[in-house]
Amino acid sequence: MTSPDRLLEVLEKGLRFSAADQTEVVVMAEDTYLTRYATNYIHQNTAEANVEVSVRAVLGKRIGLAVTTAVDDESLRLAVKTAENIARVQPELAEFRSLPDASGTGDGPATCAFAPRTQAFTAEERARSVGRVISLAVSRGYEAAGAFGAGTMTLGVANSLGVRRFAQVSRAGLSAIVMGETGSGFAEGLSLDVERIDVDRIAETAVGKCRAAQNPVAVDPGDYEVVLEPAAVGDLVKYLAFLGLGAKAFQEGRSFMCGRMGELVTGENFTVWDDGQDPAGLPLPFDFEGVPRQKVMLIENGLAKGIVYDSFCAGREPGKRSTGHALPPRARFGAIPVNLHVKTGDSTVPEMVRRTKRGLLVTRFHYTNPLHPVLTTLTGMTRDGTFLIEDGRIKGPVKNMRFTNSVLEAFRGIEAIGSEAVTCPVFRLGAVRVPALKLRKFTFTGATEH
Amino acid sequence: MSSKNSGVEARGGRWSEVRTKHDEWRELSQRALEHLRPKVEYADIRFVSRKGESVEVKNGAVDSVSASSQSGFGIRVLKDGRWGFASSSLPGLEEVLAVADRAVGIARASALVPGRQAELSSVTPAEDSWSSPCKKDPFAVAVEDKLALLFEAEKRIREGGEGKVMVASAGVACQREEKTFASSEGAYVEQEITETGGGLVAFAVGPGELQRRSYPNGDRELSGCAGWEAIEALDLPGNAERVGREAAALLEAKGCPSGVKDIILDSTQMVLQIHESCGHPTELDRVFGTEAGYAGTSFLTPEKLGKFRYGSDKVTLVADATVPGGLGTYAYDDEGVPAQRTVLVDRGIFSNYTSSRETAARLGGLSSGAMRADGWNRMPLIRMSNINLNPGDFTLDEMIKDTKDGLLMEINKSWSIDDRRLNFQFGTEIGWEIKDGALGDMVKSPNYTGITPEFWGACDAVGDKRHWKLWGTPNCGKGEPTQIAHVGHGTAPARFRAVRVGVGQ
Repeated sequence: MTSPDRLLEVLEKGLRFSAADQTEVVVMAEDTYLTRYATNYIHQNTAEANVEVSVRAVLGKRIGLAVTTAVDDESLRLAVKTAENIARVQPELAEFRSLPDASGTGDGPATCAFAPRTQAFTAEERARSVGRVISLAVSRGYEAAGAFGAGTMTLGVANSLGVRRFAQVSRAGLSAIVMGETGSGFAEGLSLDVERIDVDRIAETAVGKCRAAQNPVAVDPGDYEVVLEPAAVGDLVKYLAFLGLGAKAFQEGRSFMCGRMGELVTGENFTVWDDGQDPAGLPLPFDFEGVPRQKVMLIENGLAKGIVYDSFCAGREPGKRSTGHALPPRARFGAIPVNLHVKTGDSTVPEMVRRTKRGLLVTRFHYTNPLHPVLTTLTGMTRDGTFLIEDGRIKGPVKNMRFTNSVLEAFRGIEAIGSEAVTCPVFRLGAVRVPALKLRKFTFTGATEH
Repeated sequence: MSSKNSGVEARGGRWSEVRTKHDEWRELSQRALEHLRPKVEYADIRFVSRKGESVEVKNGAVDSVSASSQSGFGIRVLKDGRWGFASSSLPGLEEVLAVADRAVGIARASALVPGRQAELSSVTPAEDSWSSPCKKDPFAVAVEDKLALLFEAEKRIREGGEGKVMVASAGVACQREEKTFASSEGAYVEQEITETGGGLVAFAVGPGELQRRSYPNGDRELSGCAGWEAIEALDLPGNAERVGREAAALLEAKGCPSGVKDIILDSTQMVLQIHESCGHPTELDRVFGTEAGYAGTSFLTPEKLGKFRYGSDKVTLVADATVPGGLGTYAYDDEGVPAQRTVLVDRGIFSNYTSSRETAARLGGLSSGAMRADGWNRMPLIRMSNINLNPGDFTLDEMIKDTKDGLLMEINKSWSIDDRRLNFQFGTEIGWEIKDGALGDMVKSPNYTGITPEFWGACDAVGDKRHWKLWGTPNCGKGEPTQIAHVGHGTAPARFRAVRVGVGQ
């Protein structure tokens, strides 16, 4: 593990070595641990200590980027020189305004994104935790698989305009898939604090789901009412964010939000925002340019309200400032919201089931991918527990189904919203806090054999 | 195109630099293995240094130019039949020995949960070195020259797009990975692999519509083990105007008809079809359930080996890590097992898996040499090398002429498949109707769906050698934490009868 003092030294040295007009140095130091288990034993158990330094050198309106994992002086000098050389040979980038300055950043909020207990969590503790999941599964005659990860990231950002940011964040997550002869169940927990991962509850939920999922029957594809548990909702919301809630997609005309700001894009009972400061999710107090993360309302009561910006995209629009959503320097997507929160309602999954005439209860989706970004059409499979609901009761498990559906269209028919939000992963960096939803109509276009 | 040595990274005499680094790696590897031998049954250590350069332009401006340099080492140990893995990017003997002890501690923790103990199939410890062919060093081509090429191509995309292309982009990328593998059994292998790729992408935008067209195949990323000569062969400027024109035309194209039709998949889409429905389900770790917690398992269970009809007799699929120039070509995998050619499906019959030393031992066989790790900080997994469909004896024209009511589809755009690799739904950038043996109207956003063995069972024609091409897939994700593998797929176009198309249209 590289000490915080050493990382601060790297930041300052990187700036000092540079002769560019503007320079930014980003240091990411990760210490991550992961225990994977399957067929009731630990088959993969890993530790990683990584430091990555990114240098952006700006010469006039030309930007060069160099990345290195070596932090000795010679390597740092080489990275800075490489970034300068890259900038030097480019034409000017007319739309570039400036790296962020420190004027709008203040001291930044004192968001707690780090739990010391997560950092101290050992391989033995991970093993004992997954051992509890496995024991419960085995006691019921099932097989368990999943992973328990825990780790910390230290992020430092400094630039020649006075920005200085430094934070430690932690993340822990346990997933459990429990499999029987003919069906499987799933549960997971995700938190910055490993103490909040309720191992036994996750095990019991996955085992219970698995038991209920045995002996599924085939049902015909078609339109169904659906009750989507939070993991399924999180998957859909994640893709909304990726497809259209970032400034780059919006400015390039690729976003479903284009030309629709202020218009109704979902039902009036759907609200989603991004808040990287909220400790209920997986907060990261500032972005990879050192700009504090702002709370940005994205869709409010169904109305398209906003998108998120990094400094470059903000510079393309008069008067616009970064909202603090820049991704790591090498990312190609531009700013994307990765700390999403969907407004909760007052319902529960059992209540949603009671209100369903004929529909499907979906635990989660698998291998979801976009078909049409502007229409927000996605396709994917159900997985690890799909159940037929008839006349307000769960009739039994069904074989997995393929959906092909516009998310925005589906969210125009939200009939009930869960009162409890659950934290689900969003890509590698963030999380989405989502409740269960009951949708009036969801289109299933195919089925598989299990 | 000049090839002056004005790359962005200043450096000294390269050969002496590489030798010094490799000598240090060898010394550290031996010290680590000496340290570990008394403590574990087996250990290996990999040093990996990876440098990359990426240049992209978009809409008349630089989108990004970046250079990266990463290096570190990973140590894998087997103690009491359980794995431990630890890695670090920090240099020096002290760190190497600390990481070695961490790996042992992790293996000890793995044993806290009872269960299967790993046994490794045998392999002759190799002492060897290998470099992938690279005629023109892509890092020696000046960034100015790369930008000039890309700006020219990108301008022609916009010209072809006639104002309807909102995003025109062009890019090239290259990567060089130097790595060493040393094992407690005495293996020591050095490899250097240079990869290059590039391409064009256009997005045309209309009211409520967004259409993508690309060249050569979907993105601008690495496509093969080669040098700058691969970029020259692409002729990016020569293909740019068509990319822009077709992107714009897609806005006006008819939607994909819904129903059951015969389809001909161009080799650019066959890549994805092979990858998802043959490459992944023949990975033996998936079959044994060790990916069940994430991406899923496989329908190709061991009792099907040698018996199961996977496809028609036109279908022979091969994992070949030895084919020259592939993005999945190497000399040794990351367990020190020599690269091999393995027939996975033989004239329609499922006949073998891709495997590791551990998984092969469970079936009483030897590793197929398919274990690879994404860099120094990941534990090797079973990964595809080049999964290729053997050529048949049809020309594309013959397939079209022999199709009464069908669709020709080109370049993958969307993909989804279930957790056992059975039910899939794939979409492409563009399609053309086939009516009574002739190509007809352009079709936008075509897609098709099927069940893997039924679909391959409906394959009645595969293109011949002249249509066969080896493509690269640089974004194959697997495992936790996610590992991205570079793999290849060689294929010609193929025809499949009575397939459901136009899902959700």
